[in-house]
Amino acid sequence: MNTVQSCPHKVPGTEGAPCRLCRIEVDNLSVTLGGQTLLRDVSLHIHCGELTALIGANGAGKTTLLRALLGQVEYKGTVRHLTADGRPAADIRTGYVPQQLEFDRSSPVTVMDFLACSLSRHAVFLGVGKKTRERAMTALARTHCEKLADRPLGALSGGELQRVLLALALTPQPDLLILDEPVSGVDQNGLETFYQTVDELKHRNHMAILLVSHDLDVVERYADRVVLMQGGVIKQGSPEVVFDSPEFEQVFYTRGGRA
Amino acid sequence: MNTIYALMDALLPFEWLHYTFMKNALLAILLITPLFGMLGTMAVDNKMAFFSDALGHSALTGIAIGVVLGVGSQMVSMLVFGILWAVLITFVKHNSKMSADTIISVFSSTSIALGLVILARGGAFAKYSSYLVGDVLSVTAGDLAGLLVTLLVTAVAWGMLFNPLLLTSVNAPLAQSRGVRAKLTEYAFTVIVAVAVMMSIRWVGVMLINSLLILPAAASRNVARNAAWYMRLSVLIALCCGVAGLVLSYYLNTSAGAAIVLCAAAAYFVTLPLRRK
Repeated sequence: MNTVQSCPHKVPGTEGAPCRLCRIEVDNLSVTLGGQTLLRDVSLHIHCGELTALIGANGAGKTTLLRALLGQVEYKGTVRHLTADGRPAADIRTGYVPQQLEFDRSSPVTVMDFLACSLSRHAVFLGVGKKTRERAMTALARTHCEKLADRPLGALSGGELQRVLLALALTPQPDLLILDEPVSGVDQNGLETFYQTVDELKHRNHMAILLVSHDLDVVERYADRVVLMQGGVIKQGSPEVVFDSPEFEQVFYTRGGRA
Repeated sequence: MNTIYALMDALLPFEWLHYTFMKNALLAILLITPLFGMLGTMAVDNKMAFFSDALGHSALTGIAIGVVLGVGSQMVSMLVFGILWAVLITFVKHNSKMSADTIISVFSSTSIALGLVILARGGAFAKYSSYLVGDVLSVTAGDLAGLLVTLLVTAVAWGMLFNPLLLTSVNAPLAQSRGVRAKLTEYAFTVIVAVAVMMSIRWVGVMLINSLLILPAAASRNVARNAAWYMRLSVLIALCCGVAGLVLSYYLNTSAGAAIVLCAAAAYFVTLPLRRK
């Protein structure tokens, strides 16, 4: 059922060092919250160098699965991080781009403050040190948003904010990148730029990427594997296989049109 | 202490500073206001204005319990009660589906009523009415030491808590994904606010303490362009309003706490037009 795809076990540009994380094996993962079962018996593999997309209607448990993988909700079942030779991978770094930011946009916090408080222990109110500033600028350069450094976080457009969040998620370089509906409310241009950057990361850095998206066109174009969810996994495989399945039909077409 | 008084006489030869109680009051304000200016920034960013208001009200019950237990242990009982109360509100907020403002309101009213019932027994409440508006002129040298320790400890804790708090205020799951223990950070912050409130409540008063926390930070937000200036200006505004309020209260012969809060409110309204957009 889970096709183990080829993994070169090498990160391009690192002189053939094996990638730290080859795959994540999720077995029978269930989440119950307040007596309600949100996820039942989820089993799936997430592979490095691949973009795995989680799709499904609202309330299908996609975000709950992400939060379980982030270790933010309790779950039953196992999540194993493995290296290429099947041993447990130690110290997996996870980058996370949250769904939507509902924060106080009137707060006088700049993009630099926001990055510095995540990258450094040095209290931001004492000012941002030179080294931290350099690290933050390097991070911003990865998603081409150095210009935003001294703008207030609350003044960014949806697309700009997502690029800043992606820049942060990539610093330090993660083994697994989790994107939760990363471009909701972003214009077409911003959306293209965002996914091109993500695609580059996949190829260049051989990262495992897990994406939740409602945008099925994006999923069709960029995903290597698709996992269709409805309280659990009801279908998974390549985009073609999942998109042509009766389960897909049932979730997305019976309620009148593609969601 | 005498050295400090002599120094103040030499440096600040003003009429209003002639009295020792005014010197003590000034020193107390120089310790209390930066504390609140500092904590206020994150109270505002984390939308905790109402929460801190409830904490201020809970001081009334803390005082009442202190009175029942005897004056000697009053400070201790206030601190213990304040910390427990803050932790309890936060715990219920996290573990209940009710909206936060309802829960905070329930706790706030309970502590006011409980405090009043105990303090008003036998019609003796008038004796404690100074707790409502505070009396910074009654600060003693010993009290100042307590305030100094509070300020120093809080400043150190603040250095460690500020970044996680700032990150959590933007997005809690994101903060957690970066190794911040969001809940622990929130509890630590509420405990610090509770300690600051309890240590200062006798001088600032139940009715005014929250304004001292929120107003300087709110005014600073009107002008600050980044986090560093947000903090600096908040502390600076708190300090200036503290001193200005004390001087005003001396010449107008009125409550110092109220005059300080009025100055802070003025600072907020004066800076309001400077807001971006």
